[in-house]
Amino acid sequence: MSDVLAVLEQRDGALRKVSHEVVTGARRLADGLGGAVEALAIGAGAVAGADALGRFGADRVVTLVHPALGRYAPEAYARAVAERAAAGGYGALVFAASATGKDLAPRVAARLGVALAQDVTDVAVEAGVVAVVRPVYAGKALLTLRVTSRPAVVSLRPNVFTPVERPRAAAAATAALGGDAGRVAVREIRAAPAGALDVAEAPIVVSGGRGLKEPANFRLLEELARAFGGRAAVGASRAVVDAGWRPHADQVGQTGKTVSPTLYIAVGISGAIQHLAGMRTSKVIVAINRDKDAPIFKVADYGIVGDLFEIVPRLTEEIKKLQSA
Amino acid sequence: MKIAVCVKRVPDSETRVKIAPDGRSLDEAGVKFILNPYDEFAVEEALRRRETAGAGEVVVISLGPPQAQETIRTALAMGADRGVLLQTERIPLDGLEVARLLAAELRDGGYDLILFGKMAIDDYNHQVGPMVAELLDLPCVTGVSRLEIAGGTGTAEREVEGAVEVMEFPLPAVLTADKGLNEPRYPALKGIMAAKKKPLEVKPVSPGAGGLEPVAMTLPPERQAGRIVGEGPAAVPELVRLLREEAKVL
Repeated sequence: MSDVLAVLEQRDGALRKVSHEVVTGARRLADGLGGAVEALAIGAGAVAGADALGRFGADRVVTLVHPALGRYAPEAYARAVAERAAAGGYGALVFAASATGKDLAPRVAARLGVALAQDVTDVAVEAGVVAVVRPVYAGKALLTLRVTSRPAVVSLRPNVFTPVERPRAAAAATAALGGDAGRVAVREIRAAPAGALDVAEAPIVVSGGRGLKEPANFRLLEELARAFGGRAAVGASRAVVDAGWRPHADQVGQTGKTVSPTLYIAVGISGAIQHLAGMRTSKVIVAINRDKDAPIFKVADYGIVGDLFEIVPRLTEEIKKLQSA
Repeated sequence: MKIAVCVKRVPDSETRVKIAPDGRSLDEAGVKFILNPYDEFAVEEALRRRETAGAGEVVVISLGPPQAQETIRTALAMGADRGVLLQTERIPLDGLEVARLLAAELRDGGYDLILFGKMAIDDYNHQVGPMVAELLDLPCVTGVSRLEIAGGTGTAEREVEGAVEVMEFPLPAVLTADKGLNEPRYPALKGIMAAKKKPLEVKPVSPGAGGLEPVAMTLPPERQAGRIVGEGPAAVPELVRLLREEAKVL
C-alpha cells in the first residue's frame, strides 16, 4: 500500500487545467496501489483552484510556499519535490508532460536515482507494478513498459487523461519552504498575445501547409480559429515552418509538437508520414485538400476535396453561425 | 570556450515503423539512421559559440552502437573538433542510465557548456540533458530557442504553453536545444573530407539495467478509414452537420 504524489502546475498563482488531468491519473494509480493521492503545489502563496482538487480524487492538497517561488525555478522546485518524495515513501510520482513538467520530472527522477517514464498516454497497476504506454517514433509505435524502480515516476501527456470526477473531502495543508531559488531564474515571462492557445493544449487545431501558397494566406486559418471562440489554435506543417512562414512553436509533427485535440483540421497539408505521426491521436480529423489522393485523407474522418480558398471561408461562416445560434 | 555536444543516432523521421520479431523493439532492417534533428541545433550552436569566441574546442559525444561513429562524423563534418563514442550495442530505455554514463565522461572535461537536443525523435524521452545536469550539479535550461552569453552569464528563452520564459543562468551550464535556436549548416565536401581525419575515441561502456522494462511494442490502431464528404464549398454544411451530430465535437 502506498500513496501517490501528484505534482501540480500553476501560473500566476492559479492552478493550470492540466493539473486536473494529473490528479485523475494519480487517482487511477493510487486505486491500483491501494493508497491515497497527495496533490502538491508550489507557489508564492495560496494557489487558486488547488482547494477544489478533492473533486478529482485528491485526498490531501499540500501547498509549499516560498516568496521567491511564484514562478518556476527549476532547481528549487526539483529540490522541494524530491525531498518530499524521498520523505513520503510514495509508490508513484505523477507530473504533467507540459513544458514545465518535462523539465522538472527528469530532475526529480535523477535526484531520487530512479527511472522516468515521460509523456505517457496510459497508466495502470498490474500485480503491484506501475505499467505505462508511451508513444515512440512520434506515435508510429506504442511501447508498453513496466516501471520497476520505486517510486515510479511518470509524466502524463496533456489532453489524454480526461479529468474524472471522484469527489472526496480533501484535507488542505500549507507549509513554508526554505532554501533559495537556485542558480537558474526566470527573469521574465512573455505571454503570447491574449487568448492565443498553444497547439499542444488547444481542444481544436487548424493547421496549414504548402497548399496555402503564401504566408499571408494563413489569415484564413486564423479567422477560422477565431470563429471557434477562443478554443482553437493555428498549427503548421514542417514544410511551411522550414520555409519561415510560421514560427516553429506552431509545428505539428515528429520534429514539432505531438497534438491530440478533439478536432484537428488539416488544410492544404498532404500528410507526410512525419506530420501524421504528430496528429494521428486527434479524436476527429478533418482534411481539406484539392488532391483527392493525398495521404491525409487516409487518416481523416471527414474530407472535403477542393479549393481551400473557397472552402475555408465558407467553413468559417458556418462555424460563426453555429457559435451565435 | 570548451563545449561538449551530446548527440544520438536515430531513425530518420520518414521511417515506416516495423516491429522486430521480439515484439518489443523496432525492426531496424532497411531503416536509414540520421543525427537526431534537435542535436543538429546543439552542434550548430556550439560551432557558432566557438567561432564567436575565436578559440575553443567542440567535442561531440554519443552513446550507441559502433554505427554511431557515422553520426559523430556528421557532426565532425559540420565542424566539431573531435568525437567520443561510448560504445554499447544496447541504448538503455531508462534515460537515467544514459545520463550516468554521459555524466561520467563529462565530469572532469572542464566544459563551459554542455549541449543536447531537447529530445530524441525516436524514444521521445526528453530527459537525458536535465538528468546529466543534476548528476553534475550544473545549472540547466531545457528547450532553448534563443541564447545569449555575456561574460559568465547566459540568457536563454524557452517556450512554454502560450508564453516564453526568459531564463538567466551562470556558466558552466547544461542546455538543451529546441528548433528555432539557429539554422544548422550542411556539411560541406571539405568538412566531410576533414572529418575523416579528426580524432574519434571509442570507449566501451556497460549500461545498467535501469528501471524500465519493455513489455511490448505495438503499432497504434489504424484510424478507421474516413469518408470524403463532398467536393468544394457546397460540402461544408454537410461537414458541419456531421461534426455536430455524428462526431459530436461541435
